[in-house]
Amino acid sequence: MQIKESSEIYDVIIVGSGAGGGMATKQLADAGLNVAVVEAGPFFDPADPKTMNQLKWNYESPRRGANTTRAFGEFDAAYGGWEIEGEPYTHEPGTEFHWFRSHMLGGRTNHWGRISLRFGPKDFKGKTRDGHGDDWPIGYEDVKPYYDKVDKLIGVFGTNEGLENDPDGFFLPPPKPRLHEIFYINGAKKAGIPTIPGRLSMLTKRINTERGVCFYCGQCSRSCSVYADFSSGSCLIFPAQKNGGRIKLYVNCVVREVTTNEEGKATGVSYISKDDRKEYKLRGKVVVLAASACSSARILLNSKSKQHPNGLGNSSDLVGKYLHDSTGASRAAFVPALMNRKVSYNEDGVGSNHVYSPWWGDNSKLDFPRGYHIEVGGGMKMPGYGFSFNPNEFNKFFGLKVGGYGDSLRDDVKKYYGSVLGVAGRGESIARKENYCEIDPTTVDQFGIPVLKFNYKWSDLELKQAKHMQDTFEEIFHNIGAEPLGDKPGKDRDYGLEAPGRIIHEVGTTRMGNDPKTSVTNKFNQLHDVDNVFIVDAGPFTSQADKNCTWTILALSWRASDYIIEQLKQQNI
Amino acid sequence: MDRRKSIKSIILGGVAGGLAINGCKPGTEGEAGAAEALVQEEKHFGRTPEEKELLKKLYAEQFFNEHEMATLGVLCALILPANGTYGSATDAGVPDFIEFMAKDIPAYQTPLQGGLMWLDHKSNKDYGVEFKTATEAQQKEILDAIAFPDKENPTYEQQFFSLIRNLTVTGYYTSKEGIEDLGYKGNSPNVWDGVPEDVLAKHGKSYDPEWLAKCVDQSKRNDMAEWDDEGNLLT
Repeated sequence: MQIKESSEIYDVIIVGSGAGGGMATKQLADAGLNVAVVEAGPFFDPADPKTMNQLKWNYESPRRGANTTRAFGEFDAAYGGWEIEGEPYTHEPGTEFHWFRSHMLGGRTNHWGRISLRFGPKDFKGKTRDGHGDDWPIGYEDVKPYYDKVDKLIGVFGTNEGLENDPDGFFLPPPKPRLHEIFYINGAKKAGIPTIPGRLSMLTKRINTERGVCFYCGQCSRSCSVYADFSSGSCLIFPAQKNGGRIKLYVNCVVREVTTNEEGKATGVSYISKDDRKEYKLRGKVVVLAASACSSARILLNSKSKQHPNGLGNSSDLVGKYLHDSTGASRAAFVPALMNRKVSYNEDGVGSNHVYSPWWGDNSKLDFPRGYHIEVGGGMKMPGYGFSFNPNEFNKFFGLKVGGYGDSLRDDVKKYYGSVLGVAGRGESIARKENYCEIDPTTVDQFGIPVLKFNYKWSDLELKQAKHMQDTFEEIFHNIGAEPLGDKPGKDRDYGLEAPGRIIHEVGTTRMGNDPKTSVTNKFNQLHDVDNVFIVDAGPFTSQADKNCTWTILALSWRASDYIIEQLKQQNI
Repeated sequence: MDRRKSIKSIILGGVAGGLAINGCKPGTEGEAGAAEALVQEEKHFGRTPEEKELLKKLYAEQFFNEHEMATLGVLCALILPANGTYGSATDAGVPDFIEFMAKDIPAYQTPLQGGLMWLDHKSNKDYGVEFKTATEAQQKEILDAIAFPDKENPTYEQQFFSLIRNLTVTGYYTSKEGIEDLGYKGNSPNVWDGVPEDVLAKHGKSYDPEWLAKCVDQSKRNDMAEWDDEGNLLT
């Protein structure tokens, strides 16, 4: 049968509705353009009581929050996970990559940690700094105005600290530290590690009349029903719709490829509707890919034509290359001074740490080139599945018997409730051509679309960084008299370095640069090869930083959207 | 027939069939079970259609037989018995939770079922009765021998006990009663304004005044945020 084609020609077709797609939708629709948003998952509104998980008790679920169907627990907002039935991905033997996908309106912004860090001046100039990787074709000064605008539009709490590589912004005031965070601050200080208030996109104050103020349930991962945290639907797409924007949402639609004409220019996209499993075509003047770094690379590589035999935008053969994720390692400790806590108060706070340590080290004196920041966890959390497994395991630190049963277990549970401190390092890895995703010619998904095959290995540099993390964690624990749990991960366990992909900060697959031979996109996120195709997810990142990538995705998507509007006005595209 | 209806009838059919096979179950319980399945279906906590189907399927199955459920009831109440204030883990519905988890995480099935059979074997051998009808002193004698696992090489009996103890404690403290017993105060809208003074004092901690000065003044949380050009908050 024939593929059904839309009669309407959209000004812009945006593929994906997460941070990058949401921001492009908001900016382009606000500018009066006629926009189609194509999302692989269903519609999702955090305020809809039918899909809402916020403030549910674990006993409302028969599995009490266990992660049987959702990797981060029953009530996590993300639809999807590390594996999606019918949508596989494969690996080059001997390599590893974990790919977290969330198919729903708003994508992964519905469940993420909301740690919202600007990249600093050094982060855009990695090669100049230490010879590793490549410099971005832009610098902090190009992105700063957009970071400022993102801060004001979406809202982020934090403090202006005047730090060189952790720039100031337009912050809402941060919440006060929790008790375990005070312990962390003290321990880190003794180790010479600075700690500052966290920077997270939750509203501790009102920024407009459309969104509510945080009520401190600590459940941002469930997505906020009063829109007090950032998710793409609640903060970008819905407001753009309310503004009267011309936005057509195509949900449950999986994009297969970007279509092109004889001149090689994009004419739109083809997609498969999950509802009837048939293929359709949408026509548009501009195509903006925001499907996530790896999904957008996949779409480009699958968009082969006579004019683009190697896939769209792939004359450099670099689409999918330079894939890199943040490094991550963590450790937990039992803090005897946090035993026998008073449970008289609610310390849920916001959905992640109220304090963190930005990178403090001098890499010129270390055996690895890039830094990491430290995130902090702990506290008297809501009990869920797994709570108080091994309820009196910490008895071993006092020479007491571990095990037993009876009413005394109740005392043990209360004695140790809230006495664990967790710390996690999130660092920068070096972007390498040798780490990549490509099309696996032997495998298709349930929609008949060839899938990605990953090829990714950490190098010694990342391992050395992870070793530094582990040493640092132990020093901090020691300083507060805490007992590290489990054995310290050594070389045999890669110093606890998480496998590539596990931190869910994957970037770099369509990296930006000035030279079309060594980059896929230019400094405005535009394909070098095809001027009416833009990538506004994390694909164009020339390098990661020791920061989370979302705030930079948002800033660059806004910047690219301004450029698209300008180029359309000038009739250049 | 639309797809949703057909799934509903298949699931209801599954419940009825399951009850017919487990004929030993009293009829009233069967009706209650079917009703519960219906209630669960209507209960909204953000499930995808696939997740809802899985829940219905699991609700429609019964893993432990009546004797095993009764043994679980006795065992859970030994692990966390009633005290003056709160009921036992069994009173809090933990055996049903374990029944569900055995279906949800099938890797639990063999160790749990095998462990329960071992309990009866041990009790029969030592006392000539099944575990659930042994005296409390006899039951405790059996448990005392397996409740303190060897650190390096726990035996299968010890591993069984640790598993059932973990599920019992987690099941209890995630129940309504258990959360009240624990005293957890969260999962409700509130305004976080720092650790209370008496708690700070108890742990010998205090806030750094410089740090506090940067934090949110909760009396102004509803005031619209405004900044000067340098990013200094004005409101």
